[in-house]
Amino acid sequence: MIENLKFQHSFNYAYIDEFTKKEIRRKTLKAVCIPGYQVPYSSPEMPISRGWGTGGLHLTLSLVGPDDVLKVIDQGSDASVNACNLRLFIKEMSNCAVTFDTAEATLIQTRHRVPEEILTEKQILVLQVPQPEVLRGVERHEAKTRIMHGEADYAKIWVTLYEAYVRSGTLRNGAGHPIMVNGRYVATPSPIPSWDVPNLNKARCLYLFGAGREKRIHCIPPFTRVEPLEFEDIRFKVEEFVGVRCSTSGQDKAFMDQVYADDLSSSYVINDSNFLDKLRKGPRPPQKLFTNPE
Amino acid sequence: MNNNWLLRVRNLTKIYGEATPGVLERTGPKFDTNICSRTGAVVAVNGISFDLYPGEVLGVVGESGSGKSTLVQMLYFDQEVTAGEVNFKPIEDGNVNLFELSNQKKRYVRNHLMGMVYQNPRDGLNFRFTSGGNIAEKLLMANVFNVGKIRIRGADLLTKTEVPIQRMDESPARFSGGMQQRVQIAKAIANNPPLLLLDEVTSGLDVSVQAKVLDLIRGLQQDLGVSMIVVSHDLGVIRMLTDRTMVLKHGQIVEQGLTDQILQDPQHGYTQLLVSSLL
Repeated sequence: MIENLKFQHSFNYAYIDEFTKKEIRRKTLKAVCIPGYQVPYSSPEMPISRGWGTGGLHLTLSLVGPDDVLKVIDQGSDASVNACNLRLFIKEMSNCAVTFDTAEATLIQTRHRVPEEILTEKQILVLQVPQPEVLRGVERHEAKTRIMHGEADYAKIWVTLYEAYVRSGTLRNGAGHPIMVNGRYVATPSPIPSWDVPNLNKARCLYLFGAGREKRIHCIPPFTRVEPLEFEDIRFKVEEFVGVRCSTSGQDKAFMDQVYADDLSSSYVINDSNFLDKLRKGPRPPQKLFTNPE
Repeated sequence: MNNNWLLRVRNLTKIYGEATPGVLERTGPKFDTNICSRTGAVVAVNGISFDLYPGEVLGVVGESGSGKSTLVQMLYFDQEVTAGEVNFKPIEDGNVNLFELSNQKKRYVRNHLMGMVYQNPRDGLNFRFTSGGNIAEKLLMANVFNVGKIRIRGADLLTKTEVPIQRMDESPARFSGGMQQRVQIAKAIANNPPLLLLDEVTSGLDVSVQAKVLDLIRGLQQDLGVSMIVVSHDLGVIRMLTDRTMVLKHGQIVEQGLTDQILQDPQHGYTQLLVSSLL
């Protein structure tokens, strides 16, 4: 019988082997140094398929230690199947503590939302990114998009905003409004709602974006200027929930989900589950709110 | 020599294939080919030099494969040059070679100081954008970030080029060939460039539409005083639009002079053939 020594050991700490973790950390450092620039990285195999949060998982596993407190959310919820499984996996592999409490966490992995509560300099937010290339929609060829980034040639992405305005009267085009990072690179904030985009600007925490399938990492370091692309006369706006209150907590001023009942009547619920819990139990956690321009 | 030129082109050369020494001497009208007999390299443009003056319209005629389109595409940085020098007055007062500029600077020249109208509207327009969006692209490249101003300028340009403004927010894919060409012209002149390059703008259009497009170009030229390089194999177009003409064959200039003179009294055998075959 052939003995395979490789499988006689249990997994390495935090699943990924040390050399690969080192490589991911090195690429992350590069991404921190060039805000908004997409750094290619190895994207090693994971026990989940690429495109299911592997990019976020790589970043989290390369950073996590036994002293960390981990929180995993999926579209604002700690309880979704994806969030639960990723949280369990990272905990098993790294022996870290886990929490639902946004303020308590040192490391937060998220998909499609940034927590409502203001994050601090002690925290890192890891976002799972499906498509890191903000120009992909206007340019199919990777070689060309790289040249466009290199030369800061962003006219085409501006045209899509112009067209969105002409078509719908608003710049908002679903989730993931393109952002200008530190006045140089246009990047995608991953498909977060416009509501969350102002939270990226001059934040105290570190934002890391990992795209496992596309093998790219980009980053917004703390206190970095992040501006949503907007025209001089047509300004960027976040979602408005006018005259709407959360049906569970009775509160407003948070990103809400519209929930339909069987009789097609609808109600609104605050999307961020931990924020909602805190609102129901006690005082409102600190929050950064954006006022839409007139 | 008069020094108020706008564009000065010297020894512009484009070789597809191996640029071995002597390849330029083995091709050209003298040998009746642009393919090098030793290496098989194709010399598309062979040491072309000329000056273009402000407000002047220069015609470039020649049969297909004579290097006309390659010439303007090189001037618009669509194609890499093999050798040669181009000076352009708005850039450092014409003291630098455009091809030695950085890519950003080249893009600036392209977007702010030149306009190009391609034979095929698909090359000049993005059919995934609306026609208004196509014009907006050119304005956004020149850092106009005001939708109100973009809309006004777009409507203004489309009126000027006789495209119905009601169809501003429609894709040019749904336009007729003549309308697509006029949208392309509107895009090319969006930033009031001092130099406009027209590559076979009327080929493939029917005669009445051709006349309209030519009228439009002539009107714009008179209104804006823009310099133009007009590439065409159609002597009718050349006669109607241009002041001065160069006749190209196998990548070289075989004859140049005032358009009227060339059409009335062609000197070179090839030009005589061209003029006599004019329908």
